[in-house]
Amino acid sequence: MTDNGNAPNLSNQLMRLVIVGHVDHGKSTLVGRLLSDTGTLPEGKLEFIKDICERQGKTFEFAFLLDALEEEQEQGITIDTSQIFFKTDKRHYVIIDAPGHKEFLKNMVTGASEAEAALLLIDAKEGVQEQSRRHGYILKLLGLTNVVVVVNKMDLVGYDKDVFNKIREEYDEFLHSLDVKADEYIPVSAKLGVNIAARKDEMPWYEGPSILQMLDRFEKKQRPNHLPFRMPVQDVYKFDERRIIAGRVESGQLKKGDRLIFSPSNKTGIVKSIEAWSVPSQPDTAEASQSIGFTLDEQIFVERGDVATRTDQLPIVSKEFNVNIFWMGKNRLEAGKTYTIKLTTQETTCEVVEFKKVIDASTLETLEGQNFVAKNDVAELTLRVQRPVAFDLFGEIITTGRFVLVDGYDVCGGGIITTYTPSNKEDKLRDEVRQRDFNWVKSDIRAEERAYRNGHQSALILITGESGVGKAQLAKKLERTLFDHNHQSYLLDGRNVQLGVSANIENEQKGEAIRRFGEVAKLFLDAGHVVISTSNVFNQEDHSDVRLLAEPFPVIEVQVTGVEEPTGEPDMTLSLVEAQNAEASSEAICKYLKEKKILTGHNYSI
Amino acid sequence: MDHLDHLENQSIYILREAYKNFKDLAMLWSIGKDSTVLVWLARKAFFGHCPIPLVHIDTTFKIPAMIEYRDRVAKEWGLNLVVGKNEKAIAEGMNHTQGRIVCCEALKTNGLHAVMEDKKYTGLILGIRRDEEGTRAKERYFSPRNKDFEWDFKDQPPELWDQFKTSFEEGTHIRIHPILQWTELNVWEYIQRENIPIIDLYFSNENGERYRSLGCAPCTMPIKSKASNVAEIVDELKNIDTSERSGRAQDQEDTYAMQKLRAKGYM
Repeated sequence: MTDNGNAPNLSNQLMRLVIVGHVDHGKSTLVGRLLSDTGTLPEGKLEFIKDICERQGKTFEFAFLLDALEEEQEQGITIDTSQIFFKTDKRHYVIIDAPGHKEFLKNMVTGASEAEAALLLIDAKEGVQEQSRRHGYILKLLGLTNVVVVVNKMDLVGYDKDVFNKIREEYDEFLHSLDVKADEYIPVSAKLGVNIAARKDEMPWYEGPSILQMLDRFEKKQRPNHLPFRMPVQDVYKFDERRIIAGRVESGQLKKGDRLIFSPSNKTGIVKSIEAWSVPSQPDTAEASQSIGFTLDEQIFVERGDVATRTDQLPIVSKEFNVNIFWMGKNRLEAGKTYTIKLTTQETTCEVVEFKKVIDASTLETLEGQNFVAKNDVAELTLRVQRPVAFDLFGEIITTGRFVLVDGYDVCGGGIITTYTPSNKEDKLRDEVRQRDFNWVKSDIRAEERAYRNGHQSALILITGESGVGKAQLAKKLERTLFDHNHQSYLLDGRNVQLGVSANIENEQKGEAIRRFGEVAKLFLDAGHVVISTSNVFNQEDHSDVRLLAEPFPVIEVQVTGVEEPTGEPDMTLSLVEAQNAEASSEAICKYLKEKKILTGHNYSI
Repeated sequence: MDHLDHLENQSIYILREAYKNFKDLAMLWSIGKDSTVLVWLARKAFFGHCPIPLVHIDTTFKIPAMIEYRDRVAKEWGLNLVVGKNEKAIAEGMNHTQGRIVCCEALKTNGLHAVMEDKKYTGLILGIRRDEEGTRAKERYFSPRNKDFEWDFKDQPPELWDQFKTSFEEGTHIRIHPILQWTELNVWEYIQRENIPIIDLYFSNENGERYRSLGCAPCTMPIKSKASNVAEIVDELKNIDTSERSGRAQDQEDTYAMQKLRAKGYM
């Protein structure tokens, strides 16, 4: 048996195959037949089973063969039915199990997600059924392009051309609606071995290949070396003097000396070395599918989740995008509930903001007005993530355009990112900020050096709250307190920005005024200051713009409020009474800044 | 990139995911070829270092050469070795004559329980492979075990696109299987390519016998073989028609022996 040691040795020519389709449409029979017709079965096995069938008065079926193998497997003698190898003259194949138990879909998805080609079985007599459609849709979402539709049990319909054509037409129309094209439709009888290994004469009207001939025609998918370089950071190691950024190249190629940008943090660095252990010589390049590690020419703060790319081929960075998903969770996917999203090595939370189209995957009917996705169904949604993520559209780079959703402890859904429109203000601004950051002329004095001298890191403190609660007084006091501690503090009054930098714009150009305010603050932050401001000139929703402009420097919102529930998510709240005592409040803010390691004191060491 | 490169890169990715996501992580090292390849892969993944402690469950019935090899390699490679034993069962004289499954469960599964409880590991890396036997074929890369170490093989979480199960209920743990996809032949081809020092019990001795799978002395039988080096083993495996674990007595104890053992937390 091939998997008992003498497993495929044509190592480079191994194709992973998954067989899917509705229950009882003939999967085991097909597997048995493939094994038999490729000479994979042990000597005498086939005769042995046939003999047993005869004695028991049963008609021999290939499914029996598979059952017998499974039984023997449990005794540790022969093959495992979850991974069955067979070979043709061209190459080896491994059939990955996609079993039909009660939890069918998640097992099917698990198996099929590793496959390179799929055979989708349809029973000629029963025609297109629930799972035929559902599996078709899943194959599309899995990005499986090598798909053969096998119309089985043709012997039961008298090898009727019309039956085959009708199924072909119906299913092709269905696949077409998904924008998928099957590579071939093959009429077969797995039971009688018609059109499995070789073409047979039962259906002279069929001129296409047999299943094996078709499988051998598939080309192995090329690794995506030609696409833009993408390496999501998996981890950063400091086991010795090297600081190695580790990850897997998802697409494209990397060379020593390349200038990289990490998104969404917008940090940049030049690749100093590509590291490897126990290799004849240290590599100068890396390419798609390799798990690698590299060092940079300077120590910048990069962490898991950052996506390394070249500066001229950036990924999309956004908080909102449109997706197609399939759902496998016991609980429904609902609006208003928070899920964990895992996208490359990024992990954050998300919510569904719009159910564009919820589909019953068994019929592909749209469930009008339904604002949830039930188990085993599929949908088109708009997702909003809690913090910006870097990604590509699935149609452009598969591996950085797909994600899973976790509900509780388990993966419950999988999806692909179909479209993204940088329509909202925030996305546009983010794109501008990125361009600014990439081209920013860096000072020779590093931020750490400034922090060392100043006794603090740069930060923007926004004091927010209704008017008349004492924000201005508190801001002045805080500026003074910090100054008295020998810190670089500056109260950036929005009014002053308006009078000067923004003197030439009209009142209604609010967005532009915010942008200018943020850019001025950014300069002070770059110079190492703790910048203090009150929110008289902008409202709550402008805060996210200011935060975006100030990145990567921290923005601390201190909200003065008379109610228990603050507006938004301030970092710190002060009651009206507390705010009246500006001195105590200033000290409290300083304490908070110390806890957050923003005020580090003058002994701060880098 | 050939098939071995593909397997190597995927295993490294899994090891790094495990290391990043599990604070209390350990790797089982049985001294056999698979888990030794795993240690090698860890050194590849972590650039010459193995930052994960290695747990060896000592049943006291191991072939003596295994212990000698273990201690020597651990020293040479600078490994953090943790030896686990079910002291109570050993003291009470547990051995295979009381039933092989009973013995495996007491000395191996419960020996592992003891270390896990002591060290509070929440992630355990193992060198099992899908082609070894039927129940392992159904495994996931990241496979949850409940509070009693039990494996619910009929209701496993989905696993796709290398997004693994890294969150779990307190008191449960995750088994991580970085070389699940490898075959026995792949392992030997890799040992050959990387020149990994493997214990010589695998090579044919003066009696024309070698071990194909290593375990406790009373329950592991050598096979007839003339293969006396890695290259010869690779050749031999291309034309063999018996199963890898045919020399492991516990597998044959009962039709569903492995299923029973593994459902209860066996490796």
